Amino acid sequence: MAPHDIRRPFKRAAISDQQKRRELSLLRQAQNRRDAQQQARCLASSILSLQSAAPESQPEQSDIELETVPEAEQESEAFSKDLDVRQASKLRGPEVRKWFARQLMLPEWMIDVPDRLAQDWYVFARPAGKRCFVVSSNGTTVSRQRNGSILHHFPSALPAGAKIRDGSGSAQSYCILDCIFHELDQTYYVIDMVCWNGYSLYDCTAEFRFYWLNSKLEESGACNAPSHYHKFRFSAVPVYNCDQSGLHAAYTGVVPYAKDGLLFYNKHALYQTGNTPLALVWKDENCSQFVIDTDGKGEIPSQQQVVLELQDDRKLVTSDDPPVLFGCLDGDIIEKSGLHTGNLLRFAIGDGGLSFVDGKLEKADLIYLGKSNRARAFADSYSKGFQLKSL
Amino acid sequence: MAMEITQFLLAAQSADAKVRTEAEARLRQFQEQNMPVFLLSLSVELSNDDKPVESRRLAGIVLKNSLDAKDAIRKEQLVQQWMAIDISIKSQIKDSLLRTLGSSVPEARHTAAQVIAKIASIEIPRKQWPELIGSLLNNMTQQDNPAALKQATLEALGYVCEEISHQDLVQDEVNAVLTAVVQGMNLAEHGPEVRLAATKALYNALEFAQTNFENEMERNYIMKVVCDTAMSKEVEIRQAAFECLVAIASAYYEVLEPYMQTLFQLTSNAVKGDEETVALQAIEFWSSICDEEIELQEFESPESGDSGPPHSGFIEKALPSLVPLLLETLLKQEEDQDQDDTIWNISMAGGTCLGLVARTVGDAIVPLVMPFVESNILKQDWRCREAATYAFGSILEGPTVEKLSPLVQAGLDFLLNTMKDGNNHVKDTTAWTLSRIFELLHSPASGFSIISPENLKRVVGVLLESIKDAPNVAEKVCGAIYYLVQGYDDAGPSASLLSPYLTDIISCLISTADRTDGGDSKLRSSAYETLNEVVRCSNIAETSSIIAQLLPVIMNKLGQTMDIQIVSSDDREKQGDLQASLCGVLQVIIQKLSSTDETKTIILQAADQIMLLFLKVFGCRSSTVHEEAMLAIGALAYATGSQFEKYMPEFYKYLEMGLQNFEEYQVCGITVGVVGDICRALDDKVLPYCDGIMGLLLKDLASSELHRSVKPPIFSCFGDIALAIGEHFEKYVPYALPMMQGAAEICAKMETADEEMVDYGNQLRRSIFEAYSGILQGFKTVKPDVMLPYAQHLLKFIELVSRDNQRDESVTKAAVAVMGDLADALGSNIKLLLKDCLFYDEFLCECLRSDDEQLKETAGWTQGMIQRVMVL
Repeated sequence: MAPHDIRRPFKRAAISDQQKRRELSLLRQAQNRRDAQQQARCLASSILSLQSAAPESQPEQSDIELETVPEAEQESEAFSKDLDVRQASKLRGPEVRKWFARQLMLPEWMIDVPDRLAQDWYVFARPAGKRCFVVSSNGTTVSRQRNGSILHHFPSALPAGAKIRDGSGSAQSYCILDCIFHELDQTYYVIDMVCWNGYSLYDCTAEFRFYWLNSKLEESGACNAPSHYHKFRFSAVPVYNCDQSGLHAAYTGVVPYAKDGLLFYNKHALYQTGNTPLALVWKDENCSQFVIDTDGKGEIPSQQQVVLELQDDRKLVTSDDPPVLFGCLDGDIIEKSGLHTGNLLRFAIGDGGLSFVDGKLEKADLIYLGKSNRARAFADSYSKGFQLKSL
Repeated sequence: MAMEITQFLLAAQSADAKVRTEAEARLRQFQEQNMPVFLLSLSVELSNDDKPVESRRLAGIVLKNSLDAKDAIRKEQLVQQWMAIDISIKSQIKDSLLRTLGSSVPEARHTAAQVIAKIASIEIPRKQWPELIGSLLNNMTQQDNPAALKQATLEALGYVCEEISHQDLVQDEVNAVLTAVVQGMNLAEHGPEVRLAATKALYNALEFAQTNFENEMERNYIMKVVCDTAMSKEVEIRQAAFECLVAIASAYYEVLEPYMQTLFQLTSNAVKGDEETVALQAIEFWSSICDEEIELQEFESPESGDSGPPHSGFIEKALPSLVPLLLETLLKQEEDQDQDDTIWNISMAGGTCLGLVARTVGDAIVPLVMPFVESNILKQDWRCREAATYAFGSILEGPTVEKLSPLVQAGLDFLLNTMKDGNNHVKDTTAWTLSRIFELLHSPASGFSIISPENLKRVVGVLLESIKDAPNVAEKVCGAIYYLVQGYDDAGPSASLLSPYLTDIISCLISTADRTDGGDSKLRSSAYETLNEVVRCSNIAETSSIIAQLLPVIMNKLGQTMDIQIVSSDDREKQGDLQASLCGVLQVIIQKLSSTDETKTIILQAADQIMLLFLKVFGCRSSTVHEEAMLAIGALAYATGSQFEKYMPEFYKYLEMGLQNFEEYQVCGITVGVVGDICRALDDKVLPYCDGIMGLLLKDLASSELHRSVKPPIFSCFGDIALAIGEHFEKYVPYALPMMQGAAEICAKMETADEEMVDYGNQLRRSIFEAYSGILQGFKTVKPDVMLPYAQHLLKFIELVSRDNQRDESVTKAAVAVMGDLADALGSNIKLLLKDCLFYDEFLCECLRSDDEQLKETAGWTQGMIQRVMVL
């Protein structure tokens, strides 16, 4: 070959990135493939570690059930509620979101005062913001919202939360925190701790979890101001016993965040996924700016709304376990709107409101509005309907 | 026995297409009916001096093409075909070829020499033509043989040496061949034709002469003859001798020390005073020396413990004389050399060599070049100004940033002003120098840049003004913008510095792409490629709205290409090139905007129209798919996710077309990648298309025509499909799994000496594991038992790979992962198999000890999965 063909590009190199584009594409595809396969593995792996970290469970006997919810009879989706390792590890895309969505402990609305409130309960002012799971593992931290979608992907000072070589982050180490992301000061307020440094707190009482939360979070440096390896500040919230002074402090006390109601946690309750009566929420105009639903623009819609799940038999139910029947949908509407079992539907509560007999719902005046937002993972709970009534 | 085929050979070259086609058909017919006789007839035709030159020429070409082909598989077929021919016919063919070397017709002699070498390449390694070397040498030793025979014989010897390895002959034969060739260069004994042929033969035989170059006496002799020949009075022979020296510089660098003094004198004289063809070779000699020293510097392994210098430092020693020699050449520019890309002259070669010298010696070159720059940069004569700038631009790579930055800092403003020089060449070289400065001394990402936030405005201003200059200058300015923006890629807060200028830069690049005075499409494609880099490197948070506005502009332009009038194939090609550029831009925009959730909606909203355009681009061609459009579609599928389903009915046929494109294997490979993107986007919604896709992928795998580089991605793609469709993959298992097992067995037997093969083997291994992983994960919940019969084979393969010390990290990761997937999917079913396996403990331990966190984690997971199986 004539040597000048090799030398020529010195001053005349043509700019051509086609090869670079090819390579970048290949790189992206390889990365996506690894992610897809790795996702299947990691999910299984984190459940597996949860299992081995919880001594009470019987690891050899069967694949553990993280969900305490028994299988609902009406469950018609291929996606079953009692996920085991094998099933969870198969999940992809939207199903992963759904799975995560079911891992949060969800409070019921406080519609009466529990017994022994002062002795057995904690209270704290709930920060306004996005409820999410913050998972740190393998040198990175991810926050997932209630619907399972990712809010942030960032480095943090949580154990295993950033790629720094300090030896603290072994491969098995990870954290799962139950948080509310407060936009205004860009802070994650930690309202509960599910796993810390590889140690599972699922089966620990709230009392222990809050104690652990308060001591460990500070220690880790996660409460420090943001830096290169720590993108968002974390903060614990002040938790009080439910006596007179505690309630007063939580209700009127000054906190660095906007309040959105009060949360009540039973001290002896384990971390339980899904709706639980062992955690309660209270909202009124003094402790929350969001007493009632607002629409996307922050305006109060003329009618309050609920989201219900459509069942096989046209029944509309809440996300409670067992589900509470709110009504039945006309066959016509189902056909016309092309609805399917499992769809989440948005209803306005009409002038008839909700009628209760003996504390049980008897009749609800529901007006069909349409399908709910796609990002929504499950229906509202019964107690939401209840609190709406009480307004 | 030979047939009379002259008339057909002549008719096959007729201007009349009908006559030509008929003759070609007849020749093909002969060939099919009796291949041996056909080849014999060709050789007889070639050897017969009474036949017309034209028929002999074609006979030679057909004969050569019956023995050798570029494509390895075709070549193997031809070799087999030759070996199957009856030995007596083969000897007749060989005899007539050897006879032809003495022909009075130069072209026939030349062709015969080539064909002889082709046969030699088949037969000599198999020891089937032992008398060849003897009879060629005999031609040389007979004093009274005609010069023509000797000339053709030397040619044949050279070609034979090029085709075979010196190990195919005994050393005595090698020596005899080299002796004959070197003696052929002897001035006293031979005329110019023979000496030229001998010099060229030596060039071809240099690799062949390894043993002789190891021997000092023989080496001295060869070097002396070559150096003498480099001073012949015939320019062609001098050129050939310098070409030998260039090849010797590369092949025998280590033994050149004793000759360097002489070689410097020779090359220096040639650069200063010889004809340009010779001078260019003399410069090339030094460029080759630089190449060697750079390679030794860069690739010398640090763990070898050898603290000595990595090479002989010839460049450093020659520096004080070599640099002035090269600088002088810079002043010998031709008018218009920048307008014509095919021009290659001494000033360009000199600048290129100067750049290599700078890379070889680093800082030491700076004080030798700067006085030249300073004394010439302000002169009246444009040649001086251009040479000074070229010299400065050439030495920017190699010296340290510390050494260069004060100089560049001081000179940057001058260079920016020079963009208004009255001379086109000066501006061309100045713009090129700016692009080199930005490429090499502007890296805000790593904390250093010659451009301060304060002077960025001026830099951008000058570039956007100069991009309107003549096409050759504009193109270099594109290069400068390209490197300027590239510096801000991943540059953290500095990346924002460019944001205020983005709108102007983009609109100038689009106007540049629209220019019609460029002659060819080079300026346009440079402008679009630069635009791509601008988009790619921009800070998405600040510039998303600008890029969002660019999207419809580019879409509109792509739409307009459909209206181009297509009259000739040339028009078609131009349309295709333009579409390639625009699809490239769209791909980059799609990737950029889909990288954040906030901006992804822009792509989702435009997806229908974008896809429609891509389909139209595909529609512009009948048989092939457009590579850039395919690449862009992969990006779109990734961005749109399951929404891509609606495009599948229309798009599917092009996917098929791409998967069937064996000739343009790059297109096939890209299409395979897009299948993977689509699987991940659609999940089980891809099912209706899987029969077709799997059928084509299996066919691709089985094809001997398809370039091997596409095959590993096809295996990975099996994994993608299986992961998407889960249990529905079952029906493909009986076809796909045997292919995977077969490939695994090929891996086991693969050549380990060839670096390229080792690379390929690693790719293949990884992709087979990826296929297994996807399939196992796909079946995991529903039908894991389908994979049970394949578990043992897979485990054996993993074991084999675990024992291979040449496996690379990515293979290790894939192997560990697939082992975990196997345990995870098959559970207790493989307990017994695993119990019999002894290798995995050690393998897992190796992985757990790795520094790679990802590998450690995967190994930990796999260990957990296996433990789970064992306790069940």
